[in-house]
Amino acid sequence: MHPVRKQRLLLVLALVVASSTIIGLSVYAMRHYADFFYPVSKIVSGEAPLHKSIRAGGCVVPGTIVSASDRLHTEFVITDGIERVKVVYDGLLPDIFGEGEAAVITGKLNDERVLVATQVLAKHDENYVPPEVASSMSPVERHNEACKGMNYGS
Amino acid sequence: MAWQWFHRLGSPKWFYEKTGPWLPWLGFISIALILIGSTWGLAFGPSEAKQGNSARIIYIHVPTAVLSMAGYYVMAIAGAIGLIWRMKLSFMVMKAAAPIGAILTFLALFTGAVWGKPTWGTWWVWDGRITSMVVLFLLYLGIVALQEAYQNQDTADKICAVLALVGMVNIPIIYKSVDWWYTLHQPASLKLTGKSSIDPSMAYPLLLMILAFYIFYTWVLLMRTRVEILKREQKTTWVKDLVARG
Repeated sequence: MHPVRKQRLLLVLALVVASSTIIGLSVYAMRHYADFFYPVSKIVSGEAPLHKSIRAGGCVVPGTIVSASDRLHTEFVITDGIERVKVVYDGLLPDIFGEGEAAVITGKLNDERVLVATQVLAKHDENYVPPEVASSMSPVERHNEACKGMNYGS
Repeated sequence: MAWQWFHRLGSPKWFYEKTGPWLPWLGFISIALILIGSTWGLAFGPSEAKQGNSARIIYIHVPTAVLSMAGYYVMAIAGAIGLIWRMKLSFMVMKAAAPIGAILTFLALFTGAVWGKPTWGTWWVWDGRITSMVVLFLLYLGIVALQEAYQNQDTADKICAVLALVGMVNIPIIYKSVDWWYTLHQPASLKLTGKSSIDPSMAYPLLLMILAFYIFYTWVLLMRTRVEILKREQKTTWVKDLVARG
């Protein structure tokens, strides 16, 4: 290769390496800000602030969903396999929300560390299965990938 | 000499003449594969157990997202070749790739929003994946805008190539965002290594659609590059001859 071109090649490589390093380190420094939600453990450990709008992510513990019959009010418990947080919500739930499914909840923690939700989103996993395959699976297999094999403490 | 073929590749006239006959083939194959793939996925493939029919948007969403990222590498590497070898043709490819990438990124974001509403319960969130895709969209728009910001084409090309190369770091960030951070977007279903978590009955039409989009991308990129060649080489005799011949 011509020496001038080789020099330009090195310059281009230096540009890519330098910019990638700068941006990479910045992204690394901001890694906790880049998280979309707090896992349940960080809420229980007190890392998440009280009375401020936060997002929590976890799996809905089977058997904990209680819906009021006379109004739009749902209570359920989410877990990350280690800790649990209770959620109360007065709103419409997305279609794929359910027991053993992952959910991301926006809300404020009250003094009892109950998450008073303003929005509940369902998190879909990377599994794409046709209905006939799903119906042949056990209930545990059908649950969200993130919630598979989770110890619900029961 | 070892590099001679490479320099010949840099001749806009040679490129224009060589790629002309490819266009009908690329166009025919890509449109045919898109028709086959989407009919397969939308009409004959199964629905998804939890999401129902809304999961079928994957056949557009994933190919556009894949090509929006692959297209960025095409654009940035073309820019690097232009900077190193001062190859005019390479800069033309870079310029041609920018608006195509912008449209593909927009489509990936749009189809994602349409899917997000019934699945997640919201059109839009600012999680790691979606935010980094917005950055990609802005990078493409930045390059489209920078091309028009300079009177001198040579200056515009060099500045755009530098921006494209600096922005390249965003591609692995987009790709790994779902693994590095807690995001609402799910991790990849198609895996290069290991077992994919998408059922084969959906994976095959999806892979066909990705292939179709790659060919479609090549087709559109060549067409746009050829237009750019004619625009920039309009004062040369070969283009004048071409026009005179009709």
